Amino acid sequence: MLLVNNLSVGYKGLLAIQDASFKVNKGEIVSLIGSNGAGKTTMLKAILGLLKPMKGEIRLNGEVISGQPAYDVVKKKISLVPEGRRLFSRLSVQDNLLLGAYTVQNKDVIAESLEMVLRLFPWVKERAGQRAGTLSGGEQQQVAIARGLMSRPDLLMLDEPSLGVMPKVVSEIFTTVERIAAEGVTVLLVEQNVFEALQVCHRAYVLQTGRIVMEGTGPELSQSDLVRKAYLGM
Amino acid sequence: MDQLAQQLVNGVLIGLVYSLLAIGLTLIWGVMNVLNFAHGEFLMIGMFLSYWLYVMAGVDPLFSIPINAVALFLLGMLVYRFIISKVMKGPALAQLVVTFGISIFLANFAALVWTPNFRSIEHTLLSGTWDISGLKLSIPKFVTSIGSVATSLGLFCFLKKTRIGKAILAVEMDREAAVIMGINTERINSLSFAIGSALVGVAGALLATHYYIYPFVGGSFGTICFCIVALGGFGSIEGAFVAGILVGVVQTLGGYIFDPAYKLAIVFIMYLITVWIRPQGLRGW
Ligand SMILES: Nc1ncnc2c1ncn2[C@@H]1O[C@H](COP(=O)(O)OP(=O)(O)O)[C@@H](O)[C@H]1O
Ligand SMILES: [Mg+2]
Repeated sequence: MLLVNNLSVGYKGLLAIQDASFKVNKGEIVSLIGSNGAGKTTMLKAILGLLKPMKGEIRLNGEVISGQPAYDVVKKKISLVPEGRRLFSRLSVQDNLLLGAYTVQNKDVIAESLEMVLRLFPWVKERAGQRAGTLSGGEQQQVAIARGLMSRPDLLMLDEPSLGVMPKVVSEIFTTVERIAAEGVTVLLVEQNVFEALQVCHRAYVLQTGRIVMEGTGPELSQSDLVRKAYLGM
Repeated sequence: MDQLAQQLVNGVLIGLVYSLLAIGLTLIWGVMNVLNFAHGEFLMIGMFLSYWLYVMAGVDPLFSIPINAVALFLLGMLVYRFIISKVMKGPALAQLVVTFGISIFLANFAALVWTPNFRSIEHTLLSGTWDISGLKLSIPKFVTSIGSVATSLGLFCFLKKTRIGKAILAVEMDREAAVIMGINTERINSLSFAIGSALVGVAGALLATHYYIYPFVGGSFGTICFCIVALGGFGSIEGAFVAGILVGVVQTLGGYIFDPAYKLAIVFIMYLITVWIRPQGLRGW
């Protein structure tokens, strides 16, 4: 489904991603793990078209999408739940969700999507009129995920959904990710919370200072020396 | 006491027009962080448009409201597309200098082609005053204020209720998150600049019913608008609405109590005191 080929991305000439290649197959949960500053967010932004690659290409179902503006890429059913949630804090929860469906024209489809995300997060229904900025961190994360689903993506990219969420809500977030995947959405999960990320994923890649240094299934990586030493503190 | 009440009413009436003007300016700032120094000159263009429509075609300024709105919308769109968008990637100073240049150009161009003379529209549909138990209400001023409030409220509803309006608010709050939603922010910039200008076009037609029309009329309105936008909190539409009324009242009452010559000075003193206590302006109150 998603193919990243020899991608290099930089900020004003400083390379943040160097020659990275990886792929996400349809129906998979793929984790991209790495410590702070490794280039994970940069990777997701490049995929969505927020950053222009300096080298390499990104393909979605065979079509080259690198170089296209984000508003065109989003129409191709890719969606990003950004790091730090980035809800529109002075707008209501409902308006946030509707903005998630901005690229969808058909009102019936939007209504259906709304029903679908309310099934996933039933508590949102009573809080729909509330300002998004007044929700707790965990609630905001759930609304951000719901907003990301409103465009009915085939590929959902999540940037550190466990960041800034209370520890006991973290496992709930990962359960949600699994439920979303079970409904047929392909997931690219970026995490620093390596232990959990390796538990839920089918496959994972390790990103270090802009390079992909390792790949494998969740259990393979959990048992590797590199991951155990560098990320699991064993 | 009666005189004071009269001044208070006059202050609210002009304040509501200020609110409309300032909302246009603060919308543009909020969405794209550009301070449009030509805002007042756009108002001047709107007033002259109403004037010439009246003189050449006998169109009453009230009926030129929609024409003005469309004309200024298009003007705003063109100015954004061909001038502002070109300097958006440059330093903030470049944007400042460019809009400042547009304002000087427009005022002087108007003075050249239309002479710097003061003009006014003699016989409009609106004239006379209502006398409500001693309180005098100029009918054109009253209608101008009502028209301004209605337009401001119309904009509120547009922003809060429509898909495009919400997209404008989204860009204003978090541009990158808006891009992630698939919003074409360049188009939202252009639209916001056009809407901000259209609001001024409406105000221009309303003011043309009773205000003097001359090439440099934009200068004082523009300056007051900047004050209001800062007072209300940059980018805050509700803030600009409240601050506009406040400035209208303070200016009118201050001019009455002290001396009309000081009315602008009093507004600036109020502004200085406010930002001294609350640098972020009224926003959030
Ligand atoms: N807007 C930016 N301008 C310049 N450098 C940036 C910017 N954003 C990130 N970087 C740099 O790019 C590298 C990768 O950052 P990022 O992708 O945010 O990492 P991660 O998400 O893995 O923590 C870091 O060295 C960071 O300092
Ligand atoms: Mg990051």
